[in-house]
Amino acid sequence: MPHLDELKSAIKERLPELDFVIGWGRGFDPIHATPLFMRTEADVDKLEWGPLNVHNTATYLPSLRGKKVGVVVKGCDSRSVVQLMQENLIDREDLVIFGMPCTGVVDLTKIKNAVGDLGMVRDVQISGDTITVTAGGKEHALALADVLNNKCTVCQYHNAVLSDVFVGEPIEPSVPEDQVYADILEFEEQTPAERMAFWESQMNRCIRCYACRNACPMCVCRDHCVAQSRDPNWLSQRHDVGEKMMFQLIHAMHLAGRCTECGECERACPVDIPLVRLKKKINKEIKELFDYQAGIDPEATPPLLAFKVEEQNIREREW
Amino acid sequence: MPPLAGKELRIVGFLCNWCSYGGADTAGVGRFSQPTDLRIIRVPCSGRIDPLFILRTFMNGADGVLVSGCHPRDCHYSEGNLYARRRLEILQRLMPFIGIEPERFSYTWVSASEGQRWQKVVGTFTDEIHAIGPAKPFGVSMEQLEKQMAGVLASPENAGAEKQEVERAAS
Repeated sequence: MPHLDELKSAIKERLPELDFVIGWGRGFDPIHATPLFMRTEADVDKLEWGPLNVHNTATYLPSLRGKKVGVVVKGCDSRSVVQLMQENLIDREDLVIFGMPCTGVVDLTKIKNAVGDLGMVRDVQISGDTITVTAGGKEHALALADVLNNKCTVCQYHNAVLSDVFVGEPIEPSVPEDQVYADILEFEEQTPAERMAFWESQMNRCIRCYACRNACPMCVCRDHCVAQSRDPNWLSQRHDVGEKMMFQLIHAMHLAGRCTECGECERACPVDIPLVRLKKKINKEIKELFDYQAGIDPEATPPLLAFKVEEQNIREREW
Repeated sequence: MPPLAGKELRIVGFLCNWCSYGGADTAGVGRFSQPTDLRIIRVPCSGRIDPLFILRTFMNGADGVLVSGCHPRDCHYSEGNLYARRRLEILQRLMPFIGIEPERFSYTWVSASEGQRWQKVVGTFTDEIHAIGPAKPFGVSMEQLEKQMAGVLASPENAGAEKQEVERAAS
């Protein structure tokens, strides 16, 4: 990464005025990057940038309110930051945003499918379009395009939408805007029974660990989450598919008009349920109905917190 | 056993206190005949309706859900139905995505004086639900359902327990 040193010196320059800066560092093994909290210049030297930076650094921000923090963001992370600002959950003046153009991050599940056990990974080398993973004594050269997270293959926001320091040359969107929701349209070609069967088989694996919720930068209710409330008791402790689906629908509806499609829910899911698909569907409808995308404009009002007396795009049913 | 058992479907209606509930009442006072499948839940305003009410209703085995409030601009609380319209529209578009037929959920506006309109709305909606039949409960396969139903029919002495079992599975 040619611009990484530039980014590091930019962070070092701003570090004295900040409590800490959140970025990514090497994790417990070469394939897992981990969020890095940089307090000293020595910490900043551990900063990494590349396709392994899968976490959304914005997730931490609401709980750090009141501290002066810096945050290193990818394009999708910056949308979460903007959305949190829109909802008045973080303060702009306490925040310094560092951005670099992001070429996409890997999906560890795809790597796992290619190399076998991720626990056996001993070395990872990234050069150009290839990621070489050494696992179980064998070298696997994988094309980055094949192991990229799905969200990155249709990404429209490679560059931070809002940043104080931006290092490097901005990148153009991956695909034309009208192809972003192609996978949703394809899924919708199935019959209702097929779609329900699909979700049933996916939700059947859910263990209700709520990792999806905990990783979500927009899930800020904490102890007040309706999934755990006993009054009203929205969800029972039964583990049947209906309850699991209900939880995911609660999650999706609570993110309507707010989800920035960072994909943290799907990444955190231990059983690889395609959770982004539900949220992407709602985002598609919101784009069509209100011409709105979450996390783009810090001054905008989310569409479900507003209305128009005459809605241009809602066609109600004639009885 | 109620006289219409087996012929009725479970349709839940969320009606706002100020307009549609009054409209349904007007239809009743005017003695307009209506299908009896609809169970009405009265809410203070259509803006009170969390889209999750509707999802929970389907998850608990409803065959259809109808939401009705005041006409836009006529809301008792000025703007409750305008917020509701946005939420309900998104929910209506999400529903087919998870495999619930789009016909099963509808929202509309009926004022307190529109008894005749209410009759038309509830009649049309109920007919549509009857046309597609009962909803398959989420997470129960068709084979399981048929097996349980066959069990109920085969053993009348165990009907009570089996029926409870079916209801539990469906809820």
